[in-house]
Amino acid sequence: MLEAYPDNRLARVLLWGFSALVMAFLILPTLVVVPLSFSASDLLEFPPRAYSLRWYENFFGSATWMAALRTSLILGTLTAAVAVPLALLSCISMNRLGGKAAATIQGVLLTPSIVPGILLAIGLFFVLAAQGLVGTLFGVLVGHVVLAIPVACIVLLPALARFDWNQVQAARSLGANWARAIGGIIVPQLQISLLSATLMAFLTSLDESVISIFVASGRNSTLPKLMFLSLRDQIDPTIAAISTLWTAIVVAVILIVTLRQKS
Amino acid sequence: MTIAADPVLAADGRRERRFFLSLSLPALCIVGLAAILPLLWIIRQSFLTTAGEYTVGNYDKVLSSGLTWSALAATLELSLGTLVVCILLGTPLALALASARPRVANVLMAFVMLPLWTSILVRTYGWLVLLRRDGLINAALTALGLTAEPLPLVYNFTGTLIGMVHYMLPLFLLPVYAAMRDIDTNLIRAAASMGATLGQVIRTVILPLSAGGIFSGSIIVFIYTIGFFITPAVLGGGKVNPLAIRIERTLSTFQDWGSASVLGILLLVLMALIAVMFLTARRLMAYNKMGAAHA
Repeated sequence: MLEAYPDNRLARVLLWGFSALVMAFLILPTLVVVPLSFSASDLLEFPPRAYSLRWYENFFGSATWMAALRTSLILGTLTAAVAVPLALLSCISMNRLGGKAAATIQGVLLTPSIVPGILLAIGLFFVLAAQGLVGTLFGVLVGHVVLAIPVACIVLLPALARFDWNQVQAARSLGANWARAIGGIIVPQLQISLLSATLMAFLTSLDESVISIFVASGRNSTLPKLMFLSLRDQIDPTIAAISTLWTAIVVAVILIVTLRQKS
Repeated sequence: MTIAADPVLAADGRRERRFFLSLSLPALCIVGLAAILPLLWIIRQSFLTTAGEYTVGNYDKVLSSGLTWSALAATLELSLGTLVVCILLGTPLALALASARPRVANVLMAFVMLPLWTSILVRTYGWLVLLRRDGLINAALTALGLTAEPLPLVYNFTGTLIGMVHYMLPLFLLPVYAAMRDIDTNLIRAAASMGATLGQVIRTVILPLSAGGIFSGSIIVFIYTIGFFITPAVLGGGKVNPLAIRIERTLSTFQDWGSASVLGILLLVLMALIAVMFLTARRLMAYNKMGAAHA
């Protein structure tokens, strides 16, 4: 973009030097926890004087952390299982309807991602309290599903826009009903986008903390809720181990999604 | 005879439309139940006493409390502060990325987006480690002899702001970068060939043409930061109390559902006001552009 200014070395050096600092600012907090997670010490010394796996053992050996991990994984799986089919159906409807109707549906589906999480959380808490459902897995699940639906739609809408609808027309004219047309034609062809949407929905639930903090409790506490509570109280190096595992998993998922989309 | 006028086909079309509408129903129902009903419930709860009787006392109590207004001020300070720092850090970075070769830019963008994919709790923990009294940054500063005493970088406004800027910067960067990528490089070449300096090109060509992206980025920053909870709760150390924190404290420490709801409505009103402000600003910007074209 700035090719027209090849002589302006100083400006270029300043711009890139500044940008490098900003990028370091963005990466640093994620990277700094990795060596700490392998430290042998109770103190957060940097660089660690001795290395060990004790914080990982601490995490995998703790019944509380493991229960939270299990809750989070179950919740993520259920969220993806509910949100992705619902998102697919409404994306088909938005794609076919077009115009004002599609825009209205999209607007309603986007509401949960625009409203501050804290409001969704306390509102959901009130509604669940009135039904006696606070602290149940169900309460957190519906909260996570409405957050995951827009995320899945972002992946599925453009994929459906590229889809050749003549195939569905052909199948329908040959006597396939809609369930057959969706299951037999749309789903197989959108396989890769559906996989991406599923992983994104799973990550959305895994990452969600505010609704969990207010609505989940006791045995149904999620990993983020437990992490939040222990961050507020003290700086436990076990969190460094969890953080490292977490980042490794997320990077792996993103790599899978992008590589599969390219191939 | 046209197709639309054929009553049979028209009825068929209507039936198909109804069918497609019905495909959205399950998703709409769950959003209604788990997002819209809860928001309406907050309004209902704000008019109820603990015993469940109708009252306007909650509004009286919340609006006459000094804590509410200082929470409002803290919310705006954090949002505005985050926005200003994002513009100062993000715009030059977007310019650098937009001027890089596409392959380099893609790799760098992946790095920039990495924090977006890691949990907010992971990042908050990272900042806690970096910013503590005996943390990495204070250790580096004292080792270099820049400060004698460790600086108070966390459990205060500074730490909260750092955490929030770190959360918002990638989200701010995306629209700005996209806008700068779309600038026609011929415009810059033309300006250069007519003797404009680099500074002039940035001021009179690049920045005006990426104003739309900066504007979108600013809306995103405001919408997200206005209700931020995790970052001030962990990095604020009890000293930074925006509305979201007050809502949580009113609810869980004082069990005062009514007042918490009033605070929630205040947050919603604040969001609506800011949305209206941004929309008006955008309309004015478009209007001015039209005026300039006519002049």
